[in-house]
Amino acid sequence: MIAVALWSVAALLALVPAGIVLSTRPRGSIILYGGCLIATSTLCVTALSDLLYFPHLAPSATLPIGLPWLGAHFRLDALSAFFLVVVNLGGAAASLFALGYGQHEDSPGRVLPFYPAYLAGMNVVVLANDAFSFLVAWEFMSLTSWALVVSHHREAENVRAGYVYLLMASFGTLALLLAFGLLASGAGYDFDAIRASHPSAALTGMVVILVLLGAGSKAGLVPLHAWLPLAHPAAPSHVSGLMSGVMTKVAVYGFVRIVFDLLPEPVWWWSMVVLLVGGPTATLGVLYALMQRDIKRVLAYSTIENIGIIFTGLGLALAFKAEGLDWVAALAFTAAMLHVFNHALFKSLLFFGAGAVLAATGERDMEKLGGLIHRMPKTAFAVLVGCVAISALPPFNGFVSEWLTFQAILLSPQLPSWGLKLIIPAVGGLLALAAAFAAACFVKLYGISFLGRPRSDVAASARETDRFSLTAMLVLAAFCLVAGILPALFIDALAPVSKDMVGNIMPHQVGLQWLTIVPIAESRSSYNGLLVFLFAALCGTAAASAIHRLASDRLRRAPAWDCGYPDPNLAIQYSASSFSQPIRRVFGSVIFAAREIGEMPPPSSPLPARLRVELHDLIWDALYAPIAKAIGFATDRINILQFLTIRRYLTLVFVALIVLLLVVAL
Amino acid sequence: MSSLQFDIAHLLAGSLVLASFMMLYQDRLYALLNVYAVHAGVLALSVAWQAYVQQAPHLYVTALIALVFKAVIIPVALHRIIKRLGIHREIESVIGIGLTMMAGIGLVALSMVVMLRVTPGADALAREDLAFALSVVLLGLLIMVTRRNAVSQVVGFMSLENGLVLAATGAKGMPLVVEISVAFSVLIAFIVIGIFLFRIRERFDSVDVQALDRFRGERR
Repeated sequence: MIAVALWSVAALLALVPAGIVLSTRPRGSIILYGGCLIATSTLCVTALSDLLYFPHLAPSATLPIGLPWLGAHFRLDALSAFFLVVVNLGGAAASLFALGYGQHEDSPGRVLPFYPAYLAGMNVVVLANDAFSFLVAWEFMSLTSWALVVSHHREAENVRAGYVYLLMASFGTLALLLAFGLLASGAGYDFDAIRASHPSAALTGMVVILVLLGAGSKAGLVPLHAWLPLAHPAAPSHVSGLMSGVMTKVAVYGFVRIVFDLLPEPVWWWSMVVLLVGGPTATLGVLYALMQRDIKRVLAYSTIENIGIIFTGLGLALAFKAEGLDWVAALAFTAAMLHVFNHALFKSLLFFGAGAVLAATGERDMEKLGGLIHRMPKTAFAVLVGCVAISALPPFNGFVSEWLTFQAILLSPQLPSWGLKLIIPAVGGLLALAAAFAAACFVKLYGISFLGRPRSDVAASARETDRFSLTAMLVLAAFCLVAGILPALFIDALAPVSKDMVGNIMPHQVGLQWLTIVPIAESRSSYNGLLVFLFAALCGTAAASAIHRLASDRLRRAPAWDCGYPDPNLAIQYSASSFSQPIRRVFGSVIFAAREIGEMPPPSSPLPARLRVELHDLIWDALYAPIAKAIGFATDRINILQFLTIRRYLTLVFVALIVLLLVVAL
Repeated sequence: MSSLQFDIAHLLAGSLVLASFMMLYQDRLYALLNVYAVHAGVLALSVAWQAYVQQAPHLYVTALIALVFKAVIIPVALHRIIKRLGIHREIESVIGIGLTMMAGIGLVALSMVVMLRVTPGADALAREDLAFALSVVLLGLLIMVTRRNAVSQVVGFMSLENGLVLAATGAKGMPLVVEISVAFSVLIAFIVIGIFLFRIRERFDSVDVQALDRFRGERR
């Protein structure tokens, strides 16, 4: 099993030099993405069969690379297998999508060599079984994704995004490095040795905080999210899908691997920290998303929201586990893992949709789109499925995982500690708010981009995207539906992961009547996606056919109602900003220091009046700007050192030596 | 080890420090070179004595290298360089002899304190030897810092290296390969610096490093 996985990774790495050669060939991208598709599919199938049939085998392998006395250890346990499925399902879908989308690339030489390397990096992170391989692969993943972010380096915005991303990625790796350093102090770098060691409570506490910083900065937890909405949209769309859908999940993997697996039994305050970060991340992420006009940015901010939901689930699992309620911890953990899987599906799908729109129109700004449902009906259908799924509406998959998370939240009164008893309902409130905002956000995204009438000529002349891209999107949409109506299969597949990580599993779901899922007990709650789907489908078809039968089924075209204004200007439609104005007025003035500035031209001036909206990222202003300012100030001062004379340099060395000797002597 | 052997080793190492002090206040280049030749000669003697005391014949090779290269070839070559550069009449304004000497005394005291403190377990000869060697290194650095002429900075560097050789021979069991490689690296450094001296001179009509600084100041 693990041999197949490692050979596939090696195949991906072998595609890197091929990518350099192929980037100059006209059909090169098809060969390269085809190769990536085969390798990732192999990995996905391998990992899936491992997860389903041999979850307790956990084969391991050691390769003689890396540190000379350590080697590189790899292991394929249930958790690794599950995340391999997520990574490679996303990777395969992105490669399939890129078979068509990659042809629009102007400079393939900047994308093709890095793409398979990036996929390989993510796979190795998940497979690694010692700290050294893990960190090397993690940094490799960061650097290759950075190269992909700056692949369109002519745009100044992308260069800035790459810069911020590189800084934050280095910060995250540093935090992880310190965490592993602390863990390895008593045991060594091998994960098996770390697992067997017994670190002190103070040390594990520090490790948890460091891992939350390190993995959280890669996943996009508030307030470490600043790079994410810059970097994810800057990459080519299939890579954006991978970064948002998959790489954030690799970060979640890092957190789970260290906190649930390598560290000993959790302490209650860990969960407190995770919950206090996760809940606000969800709400703030989606509020940011609502304020945006750029499609890919909306999606990137919505990733932050979903990461918040996942971390809330993980925090709940930690809380229940620390208090000894294993079976609820299993529920919360399974919910989080299910959301990992679901989010990878629909976020990849939506980014692919955004890519298709970008390729067809050249626009990412929603205010310039509109009416695309007529021009690109199949893309519009796939994106609609993604939007419904991410808004957590039944019968799609987003609903299942969020519903399970809420089931765990509703069990919080059973916790003995008062702090958690008070905090968890508050976090639940934040999650509920986030879910509502997410629905509004995606109504806006879909409504403004795909419905209405085209707001620009490019939108009016858009063409349906190619069949590879459509296949990728429709396959993902089908997965969203299947995971939504047959969640029992997925929950049961996750049982070995939950068993390994929290020591208990959710009740078996397959075999219950009508494929219902019952997370706790039938008397409490149950959900049946299949019935909901059948009911919705039947009702919808029946209503549609009834209307068509009983009323007139002729197609009629009539002028759209224009609110009483006879002006035929297309700008009079709802715009992205006007749609989110109510929410901006209610929440934005506090959270974003939003201001609306009306600019009236002086009388007799022919200029139009303008309404300008000012938004501030308060976290950026309060946290990042001062740090950047301090560093800038310090470097300005230190810069003098570059222009000293030779004798002064010698003197500096001399004085430093004397001072050090004095320290030794005194 | 008899006390006579110890005393002689002590005397030779002490003479090396003394020679370093003499270099500190030489403000004429030829005089500086002559003292440097003496410095290297004392080093060769000291190393030869160590070879005799430690019964380590390979140290004789080191002593020979020191004598041939450092006491003869390098001073002669530098003499010729100075003559060809035409700077043999230049008088260097040292910071002030009194101040430099005081600083040198302070450095020697410092190296004594450091070495006696960090090597309580080593045998007495090695301790003394290392303390003297560190003083020579520090004094060499001090020469480099207080001089403005590139040639005298080179001489300072060479005397610093002599301190390193002294330290290396004082410690028992230093392999010959290391010493030879150190000697060669110094020789190569000397060649490179010599070439640079002429290049600097070609461009600035002076080997006073202040000329370089002025040049950089203009470009900034």
